[in-house]
Amino acid sequence: MKQLFSFIRKEFHHILRDKTTVMILLLMPVIQIVLFGFALSQEVKDTKVVVLANTSDDATRRIIDRVDASEYFDVAVVAHNSNDIDAAFRDGKAKLAMVFEDHFSENLKHTGKAHIQLIADATDPNAATSFLFYASNIITNYQQDLSPTQTNSGLITPEVKMLYNPQMKSAFNFVPGVLGMIMILICAMMTSIAIVREKEMGTMEILLVSPMKPIYTILSKIAPYFVLSVINFATIMLLSVFVLKVPIAGSFISLLTVSLLYIFVALSLGLLISTLTSSQLAAMMISGMGLMIPVMLLSGMIFPIENMPAFLRFISNFVPARWYIDAVKTIMIKGLGLGAVLKDVGVLVLMGTVLVTISLKKFKVRLG
Amino acid sequence: MDTVIKVENLTKRFGDFTAVDNITFEVKRGEIFGFLGANGAGKTTAMRMLCGLSIPTEGKGTVAGYDIFRQPELVKKSIGYMSQKFSMYEDLKVWENLELFGGIYGMHDKEIKIKTDELMGRLNFEEERDQLVKSLPLGFKQKLAFSVSIFHHPQVVFLDEPTGGVDPITRRRFWEMIYDATASGITVFVTTHYMDEAEYCDRVSIMVDGRIEALDSPMNLKRTYNAKNMDEVFQQLARKSTRKAD
Repeated sequence: MKQLFSFIRKEFHHILRDKTTVMILLLMPVIQIVLFGFALSQEVKDTKVVVLANTSDDATRRIIDRVDASEYFDVAVVAHNSNDIDAAFRDGKAKLAMVFEDHFSENLKHTGKAHIQLIADATDPNAATSFLFYASNIITNYQQDLSPTQTNSGLITPEVKMLYNPQMKSAFNFVPGVLGMIMILICAMMTSIAIVREKEMGTMEILLVSPMKPIYTILSKIAPYFVLSVINFATIMLLSVFVLKVPIAGSFISLLTVSLLYIFVALSLGLLISTLTSSQLAAMMISGMGLMIPVMLLSGMIFPIENMPAFLRFISNFVPARWYIDAVKTIMIKGLGLGAVLKDVGVLVLMGTVLVTISLKKFKVRLG
Repeated sequence: MDTVIKVENLTKRFGDFTAVDNITFEVKRGEIFGFLGANGAGKTTAMRMLCGLSIPTEGKGTVAGYDIFRQPELVKKSIGYMSQKFSMYEDLKVWENLELFGGIYGMHDKEIKIKTDELMGRLNFEEERDQLVKSLPLGFKQKLAFSVSIFHHPQVVFLDEPTGGVDPITRRRFWEMIYDATASGITVFVTTHYMDEAEYCDRVSIMVDGRIEALDSPMNLKRTYNAKNMDEVFQQLARKSTRKAD
């Protein structure tokens, strides 16, 4: 026991004296949350709109007012011809154009039919899809208010409700994603680098010649990163609840349980990487390329898994973050209990057990 | 005098390559045993087997009375080790390194404290006590590394090219520390390729291509090979080598 404590203390010294790294590790979740939350926001908010209405009449004005009044849009340019619209798109002054046909109001009154053309800047297709959806909604609403019974009597109007995330806040999606990524980064990457560093420096030899039990070496390497991960988990939770206003709908204890399980899986991944490599650079490459990219791309954090080709969908089953992120979404956003995430938990337990068994077997007590 | 290291027909092969070829020798308690050889002659591999870092392919050996095959854990408790790579934690303070290794070898806090005070005084390290190891000059680090390796008073200490890269005066001082250690009953097993250091050993073995070609006191070796100094002895033997140094 004395051995273990002496060694854990040493590990904390290593980390705390490397001020740059410790700052990076502690600030990373903050920066990521801020980046994803504000800079890379996929939410539609104050999208600039250019309108073109040759005949200014009652109906066009009302629709334009509604668009302008909504929090999603901001009517920035009033165009007089199609060249103005082109210019607005080119200069980045607008992302969406609304073109009303001539005599819009009259047509609507007399024939019950009128046309609005919506032109979207689709360089970011996801954003374009969402703001087109909002614009159509505003127009449909106007139409319903105008004639709740007569004109639409033959039409089926779907009423859309966004469950769990009525405001379509992207934070609901990326908070679990950032959690999944940070844990992998700190546990897997930093742990593997910390162990490999001892190999590279030659201090591992001294430890192997000493009566230090290998399991103690491993435990003490893991301990500080475990603490760091828990701190980061707390940071992300606080930021998400108080800054991004994403509430924890389910039980916090369930969320914590799943997160601790995921930390365990990530730590055993780090251990495995450290047994496979002998240089810090290699450890960094493997964790960077082998873990970060799958976590970013295949976990459902950015791209929905359902839309992936079958092969990638299959691969994504082996990305622990996929299961963790799913579990966090279920508990944190949907507010369901542990019972709803039994599959995720089962997969993570299985992964952790397999990884830790392999890496403990491979962790060499003797150097060849 | 009793025997501290006893090795019989020890062999280590890596695939087709025989790194250590059937070596046999004994080291007596309190002796300074020099283990010489050109680069790639197999001395580091042999030493690693004695420390329990590497499993012998054939042969048997005991260190401090424990079998290197069956009781590696007991062997590890009774030895100290200092490698050619500098092996302290650079981002720990001097006293923290001592405390860490004391802890790893199961020493009590009180014992660690007393021995640390005593050591700092003896080495005149009082001012450096609170400094990070990386800020110390190489000669200091080597002295410290040696002190750490014998901090728990092992029966044998293995030194793998302990004085690489320092000037002759610093080396001489280092050897004074080695003499002090043997005076307190510690057996020293040292590899080196500085031939002046070979002269300081009680007995010297010279390895060529994985085999021990000569083993005697420096004086007897010089007489046998009709040489002025150990360097000439070494040159005569090393010439037999067919293995390419790395």
